[in-house]
Amino acid sequence: MSENLLDLRKLKKYYPIKGGVFRSHVGDVRAVDDVDLKIHKGECLGLVGESGCGKTTLGKTILRLHNATSGRIYFKQTEDEVERIEGLLESESPADRKEASRLLKDVDLTAMNGADLRKQRGKIQIVFQDPSNSLNPRMLIKNIIAEPLLIQKLATAKEVDFRVDELLKTVGLSGNHMRRYPHEFSGGQRQRIAIARALATKPEFILMDEPTSALDVSVQAQILNLLKQLQKDFSLTYLFVTHHLLVVKYITDRIAVMYLGRIVEVAKTADLFAHSLHPYTKALLSAIPIPDPTTKTEKIILTGDVPNPSNPPAGCRFHPRCSYAKDICKQVEPQLMDAGEGHTVACHRWKEI
Amino acid sequence: MEKLIETINLYTDFHTFEGTVKALNGVDIFVRKGETYGLVGESGCGKSVTVRSILRIVQSPGRIRDGKILLYFSEENKEKSIDILTRPETYMESVRGSDISMIFQEASSSLNPVFSIGEQVGESIFFHRLPEILEAAIDQLKAEVSKVGNPLTRTWKSFSLRMLEKELSANVAYDKTVAEIDERLYLVESLASDAQEKAQLISVRNSTRKSMPLVNLVRKIPFLRRYRKILDTIVTGRVVDLLTELGVSNPTAMVKRYPHELSGGMQQRIVIAIALACHPRLLIADEPTSNLDVTIQAQILELIKELKKTKISSVLFITHDLGVVAEVCDRVSVMYAGDVAETALVRELFAKPLHPYTKGLLNSVPKVVQEGQLNTIPGIVPNLIHPPSGCRFHPRCPFVMDQCKVEKPAYIEIESDHYVACHLYAAKGETK
Repeated sequence: MSENLLDLRKLKKYYPIKGGVFRSHVGDVRAVDDVDLKIHKGECLGLVGESGCGKTTLGKTILRLHNATSGRIYFKQTEDEVERIEGLLESESPADRKEASRLLKDVDLTAMNGADLRKQRGKIQIVFQDPSNSLNPRMLIKNIIAEPLLIQKLATAKEVDFRVDELLKTVGLSGNHMRRYPHEFSGGQRQRIAIARALATKPEFILMDEPTSALDVSVQAQILNLLKQLQKDFSLTYLFVTHHLLVVKYITDRIAVMYLGRIVEVAKTADLFAHSLHPYTKALLSAIPIPDPTTKTEKIILTGDVPNPSNPPAGCRFHPRCSYAKDICKQVEPQLMDAGEGHTVACHRWKEI
Repeated sequence: MEKLIETINLYTDFHTFEGTVKALNGVDIFVRKGETYGLVGESGCGKSVTVRSILRIVQSPGRIRDGKILLYFSEENKEKSIDILTRPETYMESVRGSDISMIFQEASSSLNPVFSIGEQVGESIFFHRLPEILEAAIDQLKAEVSKVGNPLTRTWKSFSLRMLEKELSANVAYDKTVAEIDERLYLVESLASDAQEKAQLISVRNSTRKSMPLVNLVRKIPFLRRYRKILDTIVTGRVVDLLTELGVSNPTAMVKRYPHELSGGMQQRIVIAIALACHPRLLIADEPTSNLDVTIQAQILELIKELKKTKISSVLFITHDLGVVAEVCDRVSVMYAGDVAETALVRELFAKPLHPYTKGLLNSVPKVVQEGQLNTIPGIVPNLIHPPSGCRFHPRCPFVMDQCKVEKPAYIEIESDHYVACHLYAAKGETK
């Protein structure tokens, strides 16, 4: 089995809702609720779902842009080590649990602080959705890309120009773009700059938060090809968050489908598109507009909207929109079950449908 | 099938501080009766400007420089066309929302946050279908007035009835005058005789008002103007019917709600309801689903397809998503930098694209069965302040010839219903 770069255990991110005269805590928006996910080293994992299902929140929680409410994020730990710590955490004796929390300080991204965290931050990077908002309009391209290098102390002032030039070339721009401002570039070029900035600290993991959805189709293809190339050259691991399913199919190795804060299905890309198991995934896949007028697929049209995550339906969260829902779906929340060959699904009835 | 609307050699410019943006460069498109017609292209290629020109709502500093926009709306005479660019603004007011209506890209920003759904959907019914509503109200009141025992109520009802009748006759008279002026304008235009008479007719049309002094006075008096309440009830009833048809659950409660209470998909349905309120001949949908999720997008596309069968005759669909085009459209035009590059039936366009840009565009979309790398179109969309000479695609075209750099290719019909603007096929078009 391949090595896990990131291992998420029971990760939760709740946003408190304040109400009343004293702004007291009246409820939670459960954006990410009990997510277990493994990201293998060197793979590109796609995270798909409708807007508001928590995919961006999950990504940003991994990066500690948001602090997790609870749960653990193991970074670069072996499976055995993770299991050992998880075992200690669940054990009865307080001594074991104390031992576990001591160990977690070094391996768990949610427990790290200060200098330790800063050290790890160089290894995990992000490319945001809209490059015109994620680049500071008052900074030169050179300074934008050099900033992480200087903060992480990866380059001295003398080397910076050389490194920036090198980075710009890897993303397909040239060194004489260094003394320009972001507004002088087109959307595709700005996204390339954002990618160069993410690459600056030689990361192992990059979170791609819908990197192509603000771009035109012809430019989107250029960026996708660039990302694929970079992954090969620098042996990167991607978490690719998007709602565009054909893009996901093109670029990812595995896909995790998210619905209302929970992962409902994880499978290899080809496997998922060939035979998906969860009814939500089936509906999602059938809803993709296919750019070929000769193929007419039978569409599963879901009724209604995504429910409110502050008050998710009891039992399976998908049951009000699911055509296969039975009594058990309304009462018991399904856990991720193994369906063979690394295909996991959270549905009570996946065997029948 | 006959044409419903046609643009001939349309040029629209935007006069900005940096220079003139030549957004449309001679656009020739037409929509037939009963078809779903798609306009595709990357952002900034002029799709939205084309339809905004058709409705004459190009925002400042934009101007329509040259060209013709012909409407073939007459039922009796199929050849009769009206060039809306020569018509006065009051004529456009009667067309927009009534004969041609539009769905804008972002539903949340095209709804007014301070009016309820019922008021917003009902507005266009009030504006364009007032005589109809007045007749319905009069019928209803006539039936009621004889049954009422209370003399006070009866006086009130018969007063309302008289007011409504006056309003109706003023409206009918206005419509008649306006129709006469329009007919006269058409004749003057087709004979191409008198420019002076035409100018005079336009000024008369613009200054014509509904003459109903008594009604106008009554409508200014707080208590008396409540006679119009019956109109509100009738319009609300119609809105509820419409929303039911669009598959909105609980429409009676919906008319009292405000846009912020609704989800994105539901807001888009309301915008569609506004557009359909007066049963338009042409529905223009400007990227109606690009801000929605795939499952909601599927719902909305299904709704538009369904409505196409029952309610609206033609749809002009703007999108940048080739998947959506393949699903809903019958015929498509591909636009590039203000030019129409290619027009064909949807199957034909996907099966054998001719223009190099269309080929590039189709190859750069991830497919369901994707083999190898995605192909890309090198370079970026040109700046339209200084557009490339000749064919605007030539700097990015893999088949560029010397001729392309100097001469704009003619837009010719290669096969029946397959138009292309490219020098590669010019010879073929001539021999045909």
